[in-house]
Amino acid sequence: MSYALELKDLRKNFGKTEIIRGANLAVNAGERVAIIGPNGAGKSTLFNLISGRFGPSSGEILLNGQNIEHKTPFEINRMGLSRSFQITNIFPKLSVFENLRCAVLWSLGYKYTFLKFLSGLKDANDLTEKYMEMIRLDKKRDLLAMNLTYAEQRALEIGITIAGGSNVILLDEPTSGMSKSETSRFINLIKEVTVGKTLLTVEHDMGVVFGLADKIAVVVYGEVIAFDTPEAVRSNVKVQEAYLGSHVADAQVGGH
Amino acid sequence: MSTYKFKPYNVGRWVIWSMFAIVLICAPLVFTSNLSGTILAQMGIAIIACLSYNILLGQGGMLSFGHAVYTGLGSFVAIHALNTISAGQLNIPVSLIPLVGGFAGIGFAVLLGYVTTKKAGTPFAMITLGVAELVFAMSLMFSEFFGGEAGISGNRVAGQAFWGITFGPQTQVYYLIAIYTFICVAIMYAFTQTPLGRILNAVRDNPERVEFIGYNTQRVRYFAFIIAGFFAGISGGLGALNFEIVTAEVVGAGRSGGYLLFTFLGGATFFFGPIIGGILMVLAFVLLSELTKAWLLYLGLLFLFMVMYAPGGIASLIMMNLRVASFGKLKQIWVSYLGLFVTSFIALIGAGAMIEMVYHLQLNATLGDTLKFMGATLNVKSVDSWFGSTFVMLTGLGLFEVLRRQFLIEWSDIQIEIEKEIKRRETA
Repeated sequence: MSYALELKDLRKNFGKTEIIRGANLAVNAGERVAIIGPNGAGKSTLFNLISGRFGPSSGEILLNGQNIEHKTPFEINRMGLSRSFQITNIFPKLSVFENLRCAVLWSLGYKYTFLKFLSGLKDANDLTEKYMEMIRLDKKRDLLAMNLTYAEQRALEIGITIAGGSNVILLDEPTSGMSKSETSRFINLIKEVTVGKTLLTVEHDMGVVFGLADKIAVVVYGEVIAFDTPEAVRSNVKVQEAYLGSHVADAQVGGH
Repeated sequence: MSTYKFKPYNVGRWVIWSMFAIVLICAPLVFTSNLSGTILAQMGIAIIACLSYNILLGQGGMLSFGHAVYTGLGSFVAIHALNTISAGQLNIPVSLIPLVGGFAGIGFAVLLGYVTTKKAGTPFAMITLGVAELVFAMSLMFSEFFGGEAGISGNRVAGQAFWGITFGPQTQVYYLIAIYTFICVAIMYAFTQTPLGRILNAVRDNPERVEFIGYNTQRVRYFAFIIAGFFAGISGGLGALNFEIVTAEVVGAGRSGGYLLFTFLGGATFFFGPIIGGILMVLAFVLLSELTKAWLLYLGLLFLFMVMYAPGGIASLIMMNLRVASFGKLKQIWVSYLGLFVTSFIALIGAGAMIEMVYHLQLNATLGDTLKFMGATLNVKSVDSWFGSTFVMLTGLGLFEVLRRQFLIEWSDIQIEIEKEIKRRETA
């Protein structure tokens, strides 16, 4: 049986600097994985490699057993992987409805057609309405995305990501910039919309991590140093040294 | 605001399209002179050209500096097709010549657009500029196809007359153009309501994100470019029929610049903006150029003014005021509008007097020192004339600026009131 997503000795150089240094990861279908790690560890780069934004220098990425490391973002998306962005990345001059409808069109097979009217695509419109209710933006249907509040834009960002029906979802810091109360509501939303899907999320907020994830992957200096259940990761010595240990070290330096 | 809709209700849509058809049918019955006949025909052609350009600019965010390549090459292929019909070697009705131009447009867009649409943004603009220069240079090299300096002329009374329609009289050509205009406008509007049309808007807004929802942005741009090329070619083909002569000027940079300028002036963010732009283009090229030698200068000033104060073009001005009117608040600001209009007119008179005097000095110095301007006699060598016109201009500008600031305050107050009104209605 193949994994939903598998990284094999993945490496990425920017010039002479090696950012991802032999990352290995194997995610089973349906698992929720939180990727944590200190700033600059390469979490976002890892997402960019998986989603095809950058090509890796070497190594393999397998999506449902198929190699995707040399494919373009849209090819990877068509194979069933979708991602969101840390900095809100939506279509500002389109309405909420149009934003979501654009995201469902390819998955329903409409491709580049200009011989059908959008208003006649009942399946696409129904599906769009469904997602709009899911992310609680049905009351903002015809508002331009640029006029939404920040939290609403983040919800739309998630909506666009899941609307294509992909089975593997990558969320890059979905709650960044949100208040505490917004964050907890948002985690419930994410749980709800990703039922039955494989979820990978980059997160800094430990509350979010433990609330959301079945498994935690710890990335330090471009390597996955631990990948296990939250409890196991918490007690992992390597993690404590590399990740939590740095805080201890900092505190000690500050104390002297 | 920037979704391309006339009205959400189909009734409104029927009314608007019927009115459009009636205007097209009745225009030559109202404006009966020879001059207005050719102007109306050219307006139809310009409307198609500007709308096709707006598929790139307004809907796809592609700033093309070479759209005349596709209208112009469409014209050339059309006129050659017309001459082949005249020679009896081709048996298609003259009324289909514009379609020949359209298919030529598709052909060249498939060929040249493949390179052009590989990039977006600034590189795209640069490549269109390069392609335009390339084609213009070729037009001087291959005189068999482009006819050299004299161009290629043809005769639209060719082949067999269909129901007695020979296309000899201008009226018959006008109605042919009107039919093409109506159908092309309708199809181009329909295009904005299709999946490709909407994804094109998404590519305009955020090309990177489009790649992550399964679409190849390069291909979206390419397909849109080909469609724009088709309608550009139709417009070119109609031009060939209308003028019966095609010169290298039609693929030139000036023509391309005209499409850009007037599409922008009309308003690229609304579907109907370029229709206004096309009408203005013909009025400027035919009437304004008759009125004054300095017409390009005035046009430049107008363009500058619009880019700075109304970047959404005339269409957005109309829509903004319709919104204000629909909340019954237009009566609060119409006095300001009147003031703005009068003061800007005063400033324009002063500036115009000076511009005309400069042109007179440079071009018509042999005709003496005096010229007529709006009923007044100006002397280009006299201090009084210069002082007077400077004074008028500065007075106009000063008053305009004062009123403009006042107007901005009133305008933002009204917008706040409207927002409140909307909130109130939502909760009610």
